[in-house]
Amino acid sequence: MLVWILFLLCQVGAPALAQDLCQRDAPNGYKVRISLKTALGEDAYEWNQSEMFFFQATMAFAMRRHFQMETYNVDNIILCVQTSRVSFWFVVTSPDNTTMLIPKADVEKAVRMSRHRINNAFLLSDRTLEFLGIYPTLAAPVNPDTPPWLIVFGVVIGAVCVGIIALLISSLLQKRRKEKGMTEDGQDEEDMQVKGVENGINLDGTYNRGFTDDDRFTKL
Amino acid sequence: MRCLQVSNQDLEERIPSYEELEKLENEEAGDRPKWDNKAQYMLTIVGFCVGLGNVWRFPYLCQSHGGGAFMIPFLILLVLEGVPLLHLEFAIGQRLRKGSVGVWSAIHPYLTGIGIGSMCVSFLVSLYYNTIMAWVMWYFFNSFQETLPWSQCPVNANMTGLVSECERSSPVDYYWYRETLNTTPDIDNTGGLQWWMVLCHVSAWALLFICISRGIETTGKAVYITSTLPYAVLTIFLIRGLTLKGSLNGVKFLFTPDMNELMNPTTWLDAGAQVFYSFSLAFGGLLSFSSYNSVHNNCEQDAVIISIVNGATAVYAATVIYTIIGFRATEKFDDCISGNILTLLNTFDLPEGNVTENNYDQVLHSLNGTYPEVIQGLNLKTCDLNSFLSEGVEGTGLAFIVFTEAITKMPVSPVWSVLFFIMLFCLGLSSMFGNIEGVLVPLQDLGVFPKSWPKEAIAGTTCVLCCLVGLIFVQGSGNYWLSLFDSYGGSIPLLIIAFCEMVGVVYLYGIDRFNDDIEFMIGHKPNLFWQITWRFVSPAIMFVIFVFYFITKVQETPMYKAWNPESENFPTLEEKEYPSWIFAIIFILAGIPGLSVPLTAIYKCLRNRCCKKDNEFKQDDLNTILSSVWNLKNSIACKVTQWHK
Repeated sequence: MLVWILFLLCQVGAPALAQDLCQRDAPNGYKVRISLKTALGEDAYEWNQSEMFFFQATMAFAMRRHFQMETYNVDNIILCVQTSRVSFWFVVTSPDNTTMLIPKADVEKAVRMSRHRINNAFLLSDRTLEFLGIYPTLAAPVNPDTPPWLIVFGVVIGAVCVGIIALLISSLLQKRRKEKGMTEDGQDEEDMQVKGVENGINLDGTYNRGFTDDDRFTKL
Repeated sequence: MRCLQVSNQDLEERIPSYEELEKLENEEAGDRPKWDNKAQYMLTIVGFCVGLGNVWRFPYLCQSHGGGAFMIPFLILLVLEGVPLLHLEFAIGQRLRKGSVGVWSAIHPYLTGIGIGSMCVSFLVSLYYNTIMAWVMWYFFNSFQETLPWSQCPVNANMTGLVSECERSSPVDYYWYRETLNTTPDIDNTGGLQWWMVLCHVSAWALLFICISRGIETTGKAVYITSTLPYAVLTIFLIRGLTLKGSLNGVKFLFTPDMNELMNPTTWLDAGAQVFYSFSLAFGGLLSFSSYNSVHNNCEQDAVIISIVNGATAVYAATVIYTIIGFRATEKFDDCISGNILTLLNTFDLPEGNVTENNYDQVLHSLNGTYPEVIQGLNLKTCDLNSFLSEGVEGTGLAFIVFTEAITKMPVSPVWSVLFFIMLFCLGLSSMFGNIEGVLVPLQDLGVFPKSWPKEAIAGTTCVLCCLVGLIFVQGSGNYWLSLFDSYGGSIPLLIIAFCEMVGVVYLYGIDRFNDDIEFMIGHKPNLFWQITWRFVSPAIMFVIFVFYFITKVQETPMYKAWNPESENFPTLEEKEYPSWIFAIIFILAGIPGLSVPLTAIYKCLRNRCCKKDNEFKQDDLNTILSSVWNLKNSIACKVTQWHK
């Protein structure tokens, strides 16, 4: 009889005890916030007791993975203060002693270690499955050996150099062709001279233009 | 109007006569370069006029001065100020067939100062304009990455968080001020040369050199691409922009008219200044380009067409820019509201979807009634679409901060980024062709370089020189120097020079002679509209704009906006006063080109006076000798032809 009464008390008392351990702003607990609609939109599943059970199982897995010796169970993850936001608090009790809570720091380490797995279990991300207080580690920046802009710069400057060289070569060739043309053909000389006279005019002063046409008249 | 004309002796001796022009035209004898075809000429002029200002200055003015209502002063001043000045420059260049120094010294030796002033302004503007090209090239080089580097903040040294300067401002701001410019907190700290910017700077000048090395022979080919590509890209962006959410908000914001702005004199002043600078008048480049035309080219038609194209491009570019800005503003607004909604949901543990954009205000109001202290403690951001639409939408801020941010929000961002910066590069490069033309041709006319040097050598030397001087702008404080040059070097002197140009042509060259010239060139005399605008209206408008500009600039203490991470209002730019030694620089920038007009006149006058007596004597002698020789030769020629017959 006494044993039966004690057993009844335990059944009633245990959840009450668990309730004391897990509460809002519990010193060793974490608040979890889940944003299903933001993450999945139309495909969002409903958050119900089964999902809560799944969460407990996932957390137990994370704790087992971190503390490889100890065997955590779903009963060791106590949830409370559930809201329709979908947010709740949880604490983790030790598998050996259900009244003792695992310190916050250890829980954090466990969560960080398995964060990726926890996220994937719920089809969520760091942003939509938040453990308030545990900040996601930032992705290491990818530093390529050569910055990509230098490559593009190299291409452009190479093309520019080729262009400049081609330009200089073509102007040299043009000059050579002109010189050849001048020495071969004597008649062109007079024309060149006419042009030369025009070229040699100093534009800064006053001069008498009437003179330049003369050469044409006398070229009978 | 003979009484208002100053006597101009010996003008006929300095300019080619109609017979000579016909001869040049028919026999194609002359060493002056020519356009391959009319299209090249038009594309070059359009490219010169349509520049970065059409993309990042006009839309801002339009939006800040009453949207659609701004079109009214803009169009009126385009017709009364832009078109007449343009026609004048085209006609006088085509008639006298020389660069700016040559034209003005031919009209009257005392006016050589106008040409020299134009050259100085073109030089100063070229220096800083190509630095903007270097910035565009830097962004272009960095666009070939999957995640654009300005889309996210870099992680700090010990990987615990984002870089503080970036976190407090924004990734695009950080990328522009820190990773591109590496700007110093004030203009006194030079910050040293930024090596990556030096590379871009050198490549910008090298690219420009290739395009201008043989004068219009090479630029004429380059403009087929640089002048047409921006239009293609603008159209692509328009189509893309219109399919984005919120783009019409931007267009509506741009064009919503506010007629009260028309009463504000600043609106008219800004419109006048925009028309003036947009047409790149008084740089000397337009004169030069038009002097390569055939003598009977219809410059009147060209002026009207170019003005229409320039105005239409400004409006078109404004529309495109504002579709993208509207998209960005809407995205920011949505983010702001979502952020607030999330905060509310999280604080009050409400289920998702309870608070949406539609009932946000209602819910906030009811919650404020029940839990006012909590709401206060949340520090919800005020989300106002109009404030996002009016953020930093002018100048380099538009291109390198606002627009780049918008691009990061678009899918396939690298493609849009590449397109955008190619467009900016082409717009700027085609304007640089005109600027450099305004520097090179006067240098050749003044005989600074030996005649034996080929064109490539002259262009190369000028480019190298400008590149070296332009290294000021790639230091840490380069951005501040650039805005200094822009506000003082590229504004007031141009107004002075343009005013002197008009007065010089109308009253010194003679409006009657000018009318006859145009009749000779295009077949009919310019009609009453041109007469009135050339003689009175345009010079008056120039004068008014100049006076107001001058007064405003002189009255205000020159301030500049600095990016100072240690300032209180960071990330807002800190307004600082220029140090006192800057005033010497300002005087050089604004004073020397402007004062070159009277100073050269005085110099020439003095030189003439002291050598006048000798000159007169020599000139008389020479004239008699030459006329007698001419008569002799003519008579011999006549006799010979008679003998042949």
